[in-house]
This record gives sequence, structure tokens and C-alpha cells, in this order.
Amino acid sequence: MLSLDMAFWTMAVVTVVSAAAVVLLKDVFRAALCLVLTFMVVAGLFVLLSAEFLAVVQVLIYAGAISILIIFAIMLTRDVHQGNPSNRFRYPALVLAALLLAAIVLVVIKTDWNQLDSRVLPGAPTEAVGATETGVKNVFSNTTPVIARLLLRDFVLPFEVASVLLLAAILGALALVREGEG
Amino acid sequence: MLEDYFRQYGLIAVFIAVAVALPTSLLLLSWALSLARIRPHKPNPVKSSPYECGMEIIGSRWVRFNFRYYTFALLFVVFDVETVFLYPWAVYFKQLGLFALIEMLVFVLILMVAWAYAWRNKALEWR
Repeated sequence: MLSLDMAFWTMAVVTVVSAAAVVLLKDVFRAALCLVLTFMVVAGLFVLLSAEFLAVVQVLIYAGAISILIIFAIMLTRDVHQGNPSNRFRYPALVLAALLLAAIVLVVIKTDWNQLDSRVLPGAPTEAVGATETGVKNVFSNTTPVIARLLLRDFVLPFEVASVLLLAAILGALALVREGEG
Repeated sequence: MLEDYFRQYGLIAVFIAVAVALPTSLLLLSWALSLARIRPHKPNPVKSSPYECGMEIIGSRWVRFNFRYYTFALLFVVFDVETVFLYPWAVYFKQLGLFALIEMLVFVLILMVAWAYAWRNKALEWR
């Protein structure tokens, strides 16, 4: 799988470079565009992990909606061309980011990635590693139907509550916007 | 199965590669031609000014957007999140059956309340 390796390393390098550009660029608008690039490439990495649904969500929500919000916020800001000056939070932020990285790396190393919940894979005993390894392959060759089944059959209530949450988000957003106008 | 999956995404990779290579190669070609003294280099203010559809640019590039656009952006984000919930349901629609259809109707109806609220409060109108 040489082409997959090539794809991974290309995307990994682009992710790191564009993410660094987001932090280092003085022009806030260009930083925002680099952030969009980072989002897109991370979606590509999700595709490589055969997490198709996650990739679609990444493109729809992050590259689509969040970046539009960020760019709108930049375009609404006055004196944005002054750029992104460094401030006194530089070193505390560095320490915090390093701690976060350490925590993530620790979790990635410690987690047993061959474990699947019995709800994800019906009828599979979670203890038997051999059974779950084929199960992991089955589930991760096509993730979207599994997510659909879990979302619409096993977790109906959280699913419906999510719509109420979205409703609350819209009402709150509209109330805030109107407050600002009045 | 998995090979097929990567082959399909390989098409997107090829598409992206072409989309990146085309403008880059044009710029590189122009640069190489100027090095070889085939491309003349005679700039003047009119030639090097940016233009939009033949119109002259008025003012600076930093135009502040109207604040009202933000309402539309916020509404867009929420309904975009709704799409994410619709997507797995649409993929697995036939196997999920009637119950999931009703679930999804409830889901969409709850969000329609938000839409109706936005409409009634004239948030979708340009004032």
C-alpha cells in the first residue's frame, strides 16, 4: 500500500504546516483560510482511517459551517488588518498545548483499539479478542450504516434530544443577535 | 471492499492533484519564460492593478460586512448540523424502516419550530 503511505505523509505534512501557519501568520484572514485547509486535510486523514462518516462531518461542519462563522467574524471585526500580535499568553499557551498533547498521546497509547462495545457489534462477546478483530474489520469497512443503526435504533432519545438542543441553539442565537441590534 | 473504497477516494486525490498542479504549473511556466527572456516584463499601473469583472476597485480590500449577515450564518450552521443527522439515516434508510422515518420526522419537526420562530420574528428578512 505505497500509495496510501504517500497519501498519509502528504496529508500529515500539509496538516502540520497549515496548522502552524494558522498560529504563526500575522494576517488573521490568511490564518482563517489556513484553518480551512487544515480542516479539509484532517477530513482526508479520516478517509484514510476509513472513518467516512467522520470525514463527511468534518467537511460539512468544520470546513463548511465553522469556517464560514470564523470568516464572517473576521469580516465583521474592525481594525482586523492590524493583525495578530503576540501577547503575554504566549508561554502559558505553549505549556497548556504541550500538556494537552501529552494527554492525547498517553490516551492513544493506552487505549486498546481492538475493543468494540457489544452494542456496536451485536452478538459479539467483547472479551474474545479474536472475534472482535474480525468484527472491527467488519464495522470499519463501512461505518455509516453502523452509526445510523446506533443513532436511530439504540440511542433514540439522545437523538431526539439533539434536535431540541439545536432548537435551543437557534433560539439563543436569534435572541443574542436581536439584543445586539436593539 | 476496502480496496474499492480507496479507489473511489483515489479519484478525489487525482482531482485535487490536478487542481493544485494546474495553477502552480502555469505560474512556474510564466516564471520560467521570464527567466528565458521570452516573456516581456513591462508593468504599468493599469496593467498591474487588480480588477473584478472589469470593474475598477473602489476603496480598500477591508470591507466590513453588514452585521445582519451573521444571523444567516448562525442559522446556516444549525441547519448544517441537522444535515449531519440526516446523512446516516439516508444511507441506511431502507433497512431502518418506518420507525426511523417517524423519528426523523419528529427531529425535523422540532427544528421546523426554530425555523418558524425565526420566520415569525422576521430574522430572515432584510431590514
